[in-house]
Amino acid sequence: MTNFKAVGSRLLQLALVLWAVVTILFLMFRLMPGNPMAAYIDPTFTLEQQQQLMAQFGLDKPLWQQYLIYLGNLLQGELGQSFRYREPVGERIWTLLPNTLVLTFSSLIIAYAFGILAGAYLAWRRGSFIEQAAIPAVLTTRAMPEFWLGMVLLAIFSFSLGWFPAGGTRAPGAEYSGFLDLYTSRDFLSHLILPAATLAIYSQGLPLLLMRSNMLDVMKEDFVTMARIKGLSNWTVVVRHAARNALLPVMTSFAIAVGYQLQGNVVVESVFSWPGLGRELVNAVAASDYPLAQGAFLMIALVVILMNLLADLLYAVLDPRVSHA
Amino acid sequence: MPEIAAPAIIKPRRPNILARMFRTLRLPVNDPFAVAGLLIYLVFIATAVFADQITTHDPTEILYTPSYDLAADLRPGQDGFIMGTTSLGRDIFSQLVYGSRSALLIGVTAAFMVALIGSIIGLVAGYFGRLVDAVLMRLADIAFGIPFLPFVIVLAAFLQPSIWNVVIAMALVLWRDTARVIRSQVLTLRTRGYVEAARVAGSSDFKIIVRHIAPNILPLSFLYGSIAIGWAILTEASISFLGFGDPDSISWGYMLQDAFASQALAKQAYYWFVPPGICIILVVSAGFFITRGYENILFPKLNR
Repeated sequence: MTNFKAVGSRLLQLALVLWAVVTILFLMFRLMPGNPMAAYIDPTFTLEQQQQLMAQFGLDKPLWQQYLIYLGNLLQGELGQSFRYREPVGERIWTLLPNTLVLTFSSLIIAYAFGILAGAYLAWRRGSFIEQAAIPAVLTTRAMPEFWLGMVLLAIFSFSLGWFPAGGTRAPGAEYSGFLDLYTSRDFLSHLILPAATLAIYSQGLPLLLMRSNMLDVMKEDFVTMARIKGLSNWTVVVRHAARNALLPVMTSFAIAVGYQLQGNVVVESVFSWPGLGRELVNAVAASDYPLAQGAFLMIALVVILMNLLADLLYAVLDPRVSHA
Repeated sequence: MPEIAAPAIIKPRRPNILARMFRTLRLPVNDPFAVAGLLIYLVFIATAVFADQITTHDPTEILYTPSYDLAADLRPGQDGFIMGTTSLGRDIFSQLVYGSRSALLIGVTAAFMVALIGSIIGLVAGYFGRLVDAVLMRLADIAFGIPFLPFVIVLAAFLQPSIWNVVIAMALVLWRDTARVIRSQVLTLRTRGYVEAARVAGSSDFKIIVRHIAPNILPLSFLYGSIAIGWAILTEASISFLGFGDPDSISWGYMLQDAFASQALAKQAYYWFVPPGICIILVVSAGFFITRGYENILFPKLNR
């Protein structure tokens, strides 16, 4: 089977990209002005802590040795100490990741459900007035700065109407016993609605346009003509025959969209004070908390790279005509 | 035109450069949305060029009312401020007009760099193939693995925050899309008869690329360049909004950051934070409409 070989070479490519991104990250965080030790050691750390970190990251050694130590540490999941939180970066990131993922997936699921239905509908109503008007409207949503949309929604629904809280994930002082308890609480959901809506409005354009153009392609195919000749109803032809086939590439784009969304999260999380990876990255960079910034960046990059891989693999699995070239 | 020209006049005559450029660029003038996009661009460019004449105040100056109070948080029209003032007493209208200048600067330079780098890499990879292609395309894979916005944020923060560093950071990542598309286009172009003929006639690789292949991919570069304009303006806005922008330039992103940080949302100062967003949407979607018009011309099969 050439398939195994193809998947193998794709995995090799993944390893190369990972290594390159990690290396770029290493070099980037040594670009900053001043002392290279500043990347890991804050002057307010105790002498003992400073020495421990010096040894752990080999900060007194030449650059190439530091690089090897850095790679070794990464392989063990060691990312250093956050300056501001005084706790390991890894732990900090694990507590933030769920918030980011909940926001990302809830907004994308809404965006895809809407985008797929609307895209199929617009393809069906091809040439109608509503289609002529909808396409430019969708393109306009793609031209919006996400954070601006968030600001407008905040001003209207939170500050003016008071329907939703203005930021964060929970009411002040609220305590939850566990993971599930928090994420299913009414309190959390009311905090989630505005940021998720912001991201969903921005993201629905991709699945919508993709679904529509796939539908238009599929509708020209022989099997659709065949279905029509058989005398099947318009609904059956469009939904059972055309839409199902047009759906495949849209589903693979979901993986890519997760990667893009994480980048968009950086600004939207900041607008809504959503305690996620993106906002933490921004705050860490602004506050010169380098280890945390590095860790957050790495985590986002990791998700982007894995999602690119997933999209490639899914594409081949769902549509056997595509070979891994 | 005389039907029989004197032999002395017959030179390898070329149409003038402007006409050639227009034909090569193939401006989409049949698509109403593309025309609207072009018009928005014209207004936008004119505003940026004549910003000094259009503005009513210095955008960074702290202004006072006729009764010598700080002109802070004035509503549109109050005391002659067309769109009101910011919390620190600056004129919103003038900031908005000057914002077009940095948007134009960012958009055009970033788009130019993205299209240039992407086209060159695509041309070289596609034309030479083999190892060169393999190396360059792995570089593109790597660029696809870099989270774009976080990368720009970190670079803009570590290098001095300036417009140029934002542009460079964008160009370092965004060339990937252009390069991939141009490469695949070049792969088919290089097998064409006239390229083969040029090679047989002894043209150098450089000459074949510049004279025979590059003109054919120019519209495609232009297309990707115009997509990059929108991306660049949106990215600059995000970077400025997060506070990593050029502190010396007034941009729409900076205005939004200022409004957000000054509680404009709670104050319901829609006149402050809505207009910069509308300007961004207009300019970026104008780019999208022009792009779409182009796609219809370049790839008529996609025309639907």
